[in-house]
Amino acid sequence: MHELGIAMQIVEIATSSIPDEMKNVQVESVNLKVGKLTAVVPENLRFCFDIVAKDTLLSDAKLYIEEIPVVARCKDCNNEWTIKEPVFTCKKCKSGSIEIISGRELNIESIELADV
Amino acid sequence: MEIKVVRKVLDVNDTMAEQNRKMFSEKGIFVLNVMSSPGSGKTAILEKTLSFIMPDIKSAVIVGDICTSNDADILAKTNVPVVQVNTGEFGGDCHLAAHVIGNAANNLDLDDIDFLIVENVGNLVCPAEFDIGESARVVVLSVTEGEDKPVKYPLMFRECNAALLNKVDLLPYLDYDKEMAIGYIHQINPDMPVFEISAKTEEGFDPWIDWLKKKVRQM
Ligand SMILES: Nc1nc2c(ncn2[C@@H]2O[C@H](COP(=O)(O)OP(=O)(O)OP(=O)(O)O)[C@@H](O)[C@H]2O)c(=O)[nH]1
Ligand SMILES: [Mg+2]
Ligand SMILES: [Zn+2]
Repeated sequence: MHELGIAMQIVEIATSSIPDEMKNVQVESVNLKVGKLTAVVPENLRFCFDIVAKDTLLSDAKLYIEEIPVVARCKDCNNEWTIKEPVFTCKKCKSGSIEIISGRELNIESIELADV
Repeated sequence: MEIKVVRKVLDVNDTMAEQNRKMFSEKGIFVLNVMSSPGSGKTAILEKTLSFIMPDIKSAVIVGDICTSNDADILAKTNVPVVQVNTGEFGGDCHLAAHVIGNAANNLDLDDIDFLIVENVGNLVCPAEFDIGESARVVVLSVTEGEDKPVKYPLMFRECNAALLNKVDLLPYLDYDKEMAIGYIHQINPDMPVFEISAKTEEGFDPWIDWLKKKVRQM
């Protein structure tokens, strides 16, 4: 359950991103990008987030999770495709020399503050 | 009002991991992060591995466990320095984070070590996500687990540099399809070396030890 530690980091980063003059404003939402190859289960993360956000400026915040597909590029033939099943070889030329272009994200993109 | 943040959630861990990596590389230490599900044989493999490489390669071990010191006690018998870290505290129960490794390393004489082995917490999910500043990663898979572990935990098998297929001494008693398991590993990570070994009988250790020694010497 490393989602708990991740949720704590989210609260910490979000809180420290609030400008000084707004340190009493509630956060309405947190926008995340989570790659599908990342070992994070969105439901677990939401569950943990609700727990650790209690008694913070994020207590009522919604977590918006944009899931990012796993996209690979073949280093041999430049073919680019979305990996949907667990096979990491090039569909075109069968090469195993591939580069993961997206799908490993675990980023906070932005937060939305309540109107004051 | 929207505020742009654009930060990696694991920023803090990644930064710590880079600090560790820099420190280890300045000291010329090769750091191996060993991961697997519980009971695949990490401790048994390390015990045997150390007996093959000592005293040639000066080694030390950091072993992560949720709450016991059993693994550290076993490894201490090999006469290498062992640091045990328990991860039972809040929020850290399933993997070793970079700051934990940094602190544990402070308990070792880094000038007297060429090779540091980290036995991660038994778990195929979380440790894959946390960089600890290692030089290489290996995943252990035992033949008593399902053949399809690699496709169920693709991140782990993508992130590792080699796989150890352990407990091959048990193959005669099981319906395990070894070729299928290796096929799945290569489906996830096509170039990954797979060493078929038994920590009980030492079968298959030579190629694994050669691979390891080469890596340590390159450091
Ligand atoms: N037959 C056989 N048994 C093995 C082998 N390697 C390990 N074992 C046994 O498997 C059990 C688990 O081994 P450990 O080395 O403790 O496994 P581990 O991965 O360190 O376990 P955790 O640290 O709890 O995650 C022990 O009873 C070992 O004796 C092997 O190659 N063959
Ligand atoms: Mg162990
Ligand atoms: Zn190709």
